[in-house]
Amino acid sequence: MTAIAVDAPRPKSRFLLDRPELVGPLFIAPAILYVFVLVALPFFLAIYYSVSAFTIFDPNYQFVGLKNFIDVIDSSIFQRTLINTFIFTIGAQVIGLLLGKFAAMLLMQEFPGRGIARALVVLPWAVPVSLATLAWLWMFDSLYSVINWTLVAIGLMDPARRWQWLGQQDLAMIAVTVVHAWRLFPFGVVIFIAGFTSVPNDILDAATIDGAGFWRRNYQIILPIIAPIIVIALIFGTVFTFTDLSVVYLLTKGGPINGTHVLGSLAFQVGILSGDVAHGAAICLFLFPFLLVAVIFLLRALRRREI
Amino acid sequence: MTRLARKIAGEGSFYAAVITLVTFAAFPFYWMLITTFKTDGDLYNLKSNPYWFNAAPTLEHLRYLFEDTLFVQWLWNTALIGVCVVAITLAVAVPAGYSLARMPGRSGENLGIGIFLTYLVPPTLLFLPLSRLVSDFGLQDSLWSLVVVYPTFTIPFCTWLLMGFFKSVPREIEEAAIVDGCTVLGAFVKTVLPLSVPAILTVIIFAFTLTMQEFVYALTFVSSSEEKPVTLGVATDLIRGDIFYWGELMGAALIASVPVAIAYNLFLDRFISGITGGAVK
Amino acid sequence: MAAVAVNEIRKKFGDVVAVDGISLEARDGEFMVLLGPSGCGKTTLLRIIAGLEKPTSGQVLIDGQVVNDIPPRGRGVAMVFQSYGLYPHLTVWNNIAFPLRTQGTARDEIKRKVEWAAGLLGIDHLARRRPRELSGGERQRVALARALVRDPTVFLLDEPLSNLDAKLRASARSELKQFQRTVRTATIYVTHDQVEAMGMGDRIAVIDHGRLRQVGTPTEIYEHPADEFVASFLGTPPMNLIEREGGSMGFRPENFLPKELLNGAAVVEFPFRVDRVEYLGSEHILYGSLDGRAAKREVTAKLPAHATLKGISRGAWHVFAVRETELRYFDREGRKTQHP
Repeated sequence: MTAIAVDAPRPKSRFLLDRPELVGPLFIAPAILYVFVLVALPFFLAIYYSVSAFTIFDPNYQFVGLKNFIDVIDSSIFQRTLINTFIFTIGAQVIGLLLGKFAAMLLMQEFPGRGIARALVVLPWAVPVSLATLAWLWMFDSLYSVINWTLVAIGLMDPARRWQWLGQQDLAMIAVTVVHAWRLFPFGVVIFIAGFTSVPNDILDAATIDGAGFWRRNYQIILPIIAPIIVIALIFGTVFTFTDLSVVYLLTKGGPINGTHVLGSLAFQVGILSGDVAHGAAICLFLFPFLLVAVIFLLRALRRREI
Repeated sequence: MTRLARKIAGEGSFYAAVITLVTFAAFPFYWMLITTFKTDGDLYNLKSNPYWFNAAPTLEHLRYLFEDTLFVQWLWNTALIGVCVVAITLAVAVPAGYSLARMPGRSGENLGIGIFLTYLVPPTLLFLPLSRLVSDFGLQDSLWSLVVVYPTFTIPFCTWLLMGFFKSVPREIEEAAIVDGCTVLGAFVKTVLPLSVPAILTVIIFAFTLTMQEFVYALTFVSSSEEKPVTLGVATDLIRGDIFYWGELMGAALIASVPVAIAYNLFLDRFISGITGGAVK
Repeated sequence: MAAVAVNEIRKKFGDVVAVDGISLEARDGEFMVLLGPSGCGKTTLLRIIAGLEKPTSGQVLIDGQVVNDIPPRGRGVAMVFQSYGLYPHLTVWNNIAFPLRTQGTARDEIKRKVEWAAGLLGIDHLARRRPRELSGGERQRVALARALVRDPTVFLLDEPLSNLDAKLRASARSELKQFQRTVRTATIYVTHDQVEAMGMGDRIAVIDHGRLRQVGTPTEIYEHPADEFVASFLGTPPMNLIEREGGSMGFRPENFLPKELLNGAAVVEFPFRVDRVEYLGSEHILYGSLDGRAAKREVTAKLPAHATLKGISRGAWHVFAVRETELRYFDREGRKTQHP
């Protein structure tokens, strides 16, 4: 019998694109490059600047060790800022996600106009941060605030002593928290609806047959099952709020008297507006440990997502 | 209480709750809408009821916005930035997502998660060093700086989305094409891409809306009014000294928000599916 | 008194009639099978009995009481679902304990009952595991234990074997039947698989398009089907149905044999041309046709393996026959009638 098989042809250049070992890395290289150059590199640059005395007025690099960090920690403005960042973040998550869960349960019922309600509820999160914050800025205006007008009209506020939402420390804190919660709650609604609908019907039926009423079904069955999804949403929401700059900058510029700064806005004020890049970078880096923790929790939740 | 009364009370409080929540969410937009069309006299009048028109509505603010400010320029800037960023994102994320989806073993998944995690690195951490990089490259005060930097957050998220999608396309289709004579690249282009139109559309919409929403980098890198995207221009330039031009401001905010809101509503489910890593379909 | 009875149950989903006037009862200790093709309404009926759906009209009675307005937990029913519906975040022990907890049972009573149920089903060693760590068969046993622990009046099972692979199904079938014999609780079992139905049921209710076609023991249903649907739904291969004046005539493949094998009996003869033979190890299936008017339908004969095929060749005509007592007649509407 004549041999049928022939020697396999030597790989020539035209078979280059046939080789997954080449095509694979080639396809992924641009993404990795982009991420490295514009994310990893700046991150290391931030560390580099934070241990220097670099300002735009004096761009000579001098290594100063941890001096900037110590300066920053000693500053009472920074201490206030750090506390604020946590207060806003926790406050916004609690209000926003609780409202979101509540709204999700309502929006899962059938009722006329549900589609419109859903579309409207999504708006705060869908719309650009800066534009939405401007609307609130107008709503909190020192003279023409519609909120104040309404409270005066109902009789709960004295027209001679209107509340300065953005001018008084504690009111300003409330205002910022409300805007954050408002932006966050549609996100919560969508996540909870998605979570609720992902529970298999068999399990819900079994729980009904087993005698579980409405509250038990919700808190002992549904919530534990969708916990990983909620955790992921919580992590994202927390990161969004914790690292915010836009809301605070546009609403209060960090005022009154630096009382509502968060890490982001303070870093902007120090690093860009005042030109002190070194101290600004140091402030920014305080975000990092927090992000690390968030990433670790997120990874764990992502691994757990298949029950 | 009779059964009927209890039913009415139950339904009543249900609708009351729904209306309260919807009002809480949507009121600021109503406020934007009505402010845009109110005359200045009506707006800056403490005596009049702010919830409705007390004088006839006017188009004055919109006229001013379009004719006497750089609003149209900002819209154009945003569109330009958006298109360029989408193009870059597609060019980088589509191959990357595909490569990660087809990578053998768990390394693809891990690398994918790694890239996705960079989405969590916030602009507020990077804006300072990036501003130095931007000026070193001579891109300061130009919208091209944004075109270069924005993909840092669109690429991670879109790669993750596409990876999930490509994983769901069965390998048999590409293998059939390869047996029929295509290269790996050819098989990808001819069989997988045509099937991926919905996913690619989602990526386009997301990349565009993420771009439209950004504020921090824009604030940091751009200071000349002509170069500003609309989210920045509206927030900084419609103010003279301490005076806010609220009618114009709200009009601009409204016009710039509408496309994003519509897009989000259409693609919400996919976004959630993407974030939760496909745990929720 | 019947453990469960349904009276003229009708269920409409919009314009679609899922259940069309079914009345049925399952006695104490009986294993009643609801058998029918997909979409025939059997699962809907089961869910109505459970209380997960409300009937459009008709009554459900458990232990003689009308329970239409009573929610599932008040009916004394326990259900095992097709995918078992185990709580993924709870251990096996807590899965089984759950229905007792909702009733506010005392701690030590819960412990006693859970251990008893787990022991009965041989799953004690799995108590600390989670459902995702269990095999299909183990999950089914956990679902049964959870159902058992409530001491229900009736078990409702919705195709619990369909998620098991074929090999496992046979042993799971006999285990289930054993289990039911031990606990002696009335059981209603839904399936589309006639082998399961015949093997497990004390009585079978054949349902099609929302209507009850026949209810009876496996023997009654198989040997004396009430209509053409029942006749052709049970039996593999299905009963041969031949058109004739005023209706049709039927005979089962295993009764359709070469004349020589039916010596001494009163038979009806049929010329049969064999087109195809399938050898299945334990039997031969012959596919072919009769002559005359009946020629258009394919007719099957089932011969046991030890019967010789000598003299039977493809394409040639042979004389086959059926014992007169094995012939069945159906009228124009498909209902059983006597030999005219």
